[in-house]
Amino acid sequence: MTADAVPTALAPRPPAPADPPILTGSGQILATLEKLGVTDVFGLPGGAIMPFYDELMASTAVRHILVRHEQGAGHAAEGYATASGRVGVAIATSGPGATNLVTAIADAYMDSVPIIVITGQVFSTVMGTDAFQEVDIVGITMPITKHSFLVTDPAEVPATLAAAYQIATSGRPGPVLVDVTKDAQQNSAPFLWPPKVELPGYRPVTKAHGKQIRAAAELLVGARKPVLYVGGGVIKAGASPELLELVELTGAPVVTTLMARGALPDSHRANLGMPGMHGTVPAVLALQESDLIISLGARFDDPVTGKVSEFAPGAKVVHVDIDPAEIGKIRAADVPIVGDAKDVIRDLIGVLRESGASADLGAWWERIEQLRADFPLGYTEPDDGLLSPQAVIARIGELSGPEAVYVAGVGQHQMWSAQFIGYERPRAWLNSGGAGTMGYAVPAAMGAKVAEPDRTVWAIDGDGCFQMTNQELATCTINDIPIKVAIINNSSLGMVRQWQTLFYDGRHSFTDLNTGHLGAEGVSRMIPDFVKLAEAYGALGIRVTKPEEVDAAIQLAIETNDRPVVIDFVVSRDAMVWPMVPQGVGNSQVQYARAAAPTWGEE
Amino acid sequence: MTTHVLSLLVEDRPGLLTRVAGLFARRGFNINSLAVGTTEVPGLSRITAVIDVDQLPLEQVTKQLNKLINVIKIVELDPVGSVQREHLLIKVRVDNASRSQILEAVTLFRARVVDVATDALVIEVTGDSGKVQAFLRVLEPYGIKEIAQSGLLAIGRGPKSISERALKS
Repeated sequence: MTADAVPTALAPRPPAPADPPILTGSGQILATLEKLGVTDVFGLPGGAIMPFYDELMASTAVRHILVRHEQGAGHAAEGYATASGRVGVAIATSGPGATNLVTAIADAYMDSVPIIVITGQVFSTVMGTDAFQEVDIVGITMPITKHSFLVTDPAEVPATLAAAYQIATSGRPGPVLVDVTKDAQQNSAPFLWPPKVELPGYRPVTKAHGKQIRAAAELLVGARKPVLYVGGGVIKAGASPELLELVELTGAPVVTTLMARGALPDSHRANLGMPGMHGTVPAVLALQESDLIISLGARFDDPVTGKVSEFAPGAKVVHVDIDPAEIGKIRAADVPIVGDAKDVIRDLIGVLRESGASADLGAWWERIEQLRADFPLGYTEPDDGLLSPQAVIARIGELSGPEAVYVAGVGQHQMWSAQFIGYERPRAWLNSGGAGTMGYAVPAAMGAKVAEPDRTVWAIDGDGCFQMTNQELATCTINDIPIKVAIINNSSLGMVRQWQTLFYDGRHSFTDLNTGHLGAEGVSRMIPDFVKLAEAYGALGIRVTKPEEVDAAIQLAIETNDRPVVIDFVVSRDAMVWPMVPQGVGNSQVQYARAAAPTWGEE
Repeated sequence: MTTHVLSLLVEDRPGLLTRVAGLFARRGFNINSLAVGTTEVPGLSRITAVIDVDQLPLEQVTKQLNKLINVIKIVELDPVGSVQREHLLIKVRVDNASRSQILEAVTLFRARVVDVATDALVIEVTGDSGKVQAFLRVLEPYGIKEIAQSGLLAIGRGPKSISERALKS
C-alpha cells in the first residue's frame, strides 16, 4: 500500500509560524491545555510531575484545584465533564499517585466520560528498573482507557495531548491517559501549534446509512407496541431536543436508563421512567411486552435486561449506537445503526415526516396507563421512628428544582435518587452507573460545581460511600466550592444489607457501619459523627432526625453558599429499594414490593 | 467453534502487542497462534492471529479490535482466498542407519537441512498446517528433540493488498 492510502484523522493544517517559541515539555503541556480551551484541572503534585506543577503555578488561564487524594481528582474530572459536556482533566504524579486514579479511570471508561488524565513518569533513563515511584501506568490502564500514551520527548507533547483530546471527546467518549516522563517535562523543544495529529486507525462513524434509517422507520410505523429505550448516549450526543421531537411525532413510550435520567423530561407523559433491576413497573414491563425496541445510545447491560434469554421475547430491535461493538453484543439487532444519536434521530424524524405514516398505539397506551395506575412508584413509611430515606430525597429534589445538579454515590440512595427526583433536563443527574463506584459522589459533585458554579449541586451520598472520599470536603471549603452533601445515613452498607435481608436469610454479615443507629448490643454508636466531621472540614454540619426538620435543613443548605454543607439525615435502615427484579431471573418477574409481583398482563 | 485467520494492519507503537493480546484475554477469546512483523510501509506492522471462535463472537472480536486506536484495518483471510504458511525448525535425532531415510523424507516434503551434527539434524520446513503435521508424523519415530514453530502467516491471493480489501465487521 502507499502512504496515501493511510487516512489521516485531521485535514492538513496551516504551517506553524516560522519562529516557534522554545518551551520545556512542562511548558508545552500547559500551553497545549490552554490551546485546547481547558480552564480547570484537578490534581495533586509529586516528584515525577513537579516540573509541570512549577509551570502550572504561574498560569492564569488554567485553574488548578488541589485535591486531597488523586481518586478525588479523577472523579472531579468526571463530574466536571458530565455536568458540563466539557472535557475533564486530572493530574497526578507517578506510582501511587497514578494508581490512585485507576478507580476513577475505570469508572469513566464504563460510563464513557471524556476525561484526560496526565500522569508524571520517572525519568525515561530509569524506566524499567523499578525506580522509586515507578509503575507502568500505561500498562495498568490499558483495559480501562479508550487509549493511552507514553511521552518521552517534549516535542511530542502538543500532538499527543491534542490526540488525547480528540479521542476522549469524539465518537464514544472515554478516558485517555497521557504519561509524561520527568525528562520529557524538563527538556525543551520548539512549541508548534497546531500540531499534526495522525490517527489513521481512528475513524468514528457519526452519520448512519439512509437505508438503515428507512428500515428503522418502517419497523416503527408497523409496530403496535414500540418502546424507545434511551441510554446515556443520548445525553452525550446532546440529542434531547431531537428525542423530544421524535417522541412527540411517534407518541411512542420512552424509558430512560440510569445513565439517561433527564434525557427526556420526567414530566413528559411518554416517559415511563427507569427500566431495569430497580426500574418502574411500567418501564420494565413495557420493554418486556414490546414488539419493537428502539435502543438509542443504550447497551442492554445486565441490570436492564435481567436474564438476557428472557428479555423482551417478542421484540424486534433497532439498535442505534456510535460504538459498533455495542451492537449485537448482548442482544441481536434486527436493524443495526452505527451513528451519533443526534444525527440518527434527526434523520429518522426526516424519514417519518416524509412518509407521513404513523402507528395506532391506543391499545398499547391503555395497557401502559393501567400499569402506571396499578404500580406507581412509592414507598412505605418506616415504623422505627427514623426518617424515610425516599421522602428525604424527594424533598431535596422538590426544594432544589430541575436546574440543580444531583450527584449520587452507589447503592440504595443512588436508586432512590434516580427514582424519586424528577429530572427535567440532561446533565442534571450524575452517578456511577457502569462501575458502581462507591465514593463517586462528593468529588464528582465538586467537579460539577466547578464546571457549573451557578447551579446548586447536591451530593446525595450514603454513609458508606461518604466515608470513602469525604476528604475532598477540605478541597471544597478551601477552594470555595460550596457543594451540598446529603448523607442518607442508615448506618449500614444499605444495598448489601437489603440483599442479605432478601437473599441471605437476613444474615447481616459486616454491613453495620455504626454511624448513627443502635449497634448490635444496643449501644449507641456514631462513628464518625458526621456533623463534627463536617465542622472539622469547615463545612456547615446539620443533623436531621425528625420529618418536620427536613425542609428547613434542605432550605438552609440551599441558602448557604459561603461553604459546603453536610446534612446527616438519620434514616431507617429497613427501607428497601422497590420495585426489584432479582438477579438472574427474567424481567417478567419484577417485584413491586417484597413478595409482590404484578399480574402478567391479560394476554 | 471454527478456526479463523485474522490479519491486522497496525501502527507500530510501543505496547501494541500488549493491547491486542490483552484484549483477546480480557474478552475471553483464545489465540491459537500469533505472528507479528513489519510491512512494506514504514511504521506499520502486520499481525496474523489464528483464533478459535464461533461466528458471532468473531464479529465481537473484530469490532473490539477495531476500537483499538492503533489498529488500522482488520481482514479475515479464508483458506481458499489466501495463502497460509507455517514455518518450523525441527531438531531430530539421527544415526548412520536413519540418516538416509530422514534425508529422503526431507526431499519428499521439500524441507531443508540447515544444521548437521553427528547425531542430530536441524530441518527447516514451510507449509500449510496439514503438510507440516504430516512431516512431523514422519519424523516422529526417529526422535524429535526440539521444535520451534512460527505463528501462521497468511496473505490474500490475487493483486489486492490488505489496504484495498473490505473491512471486516
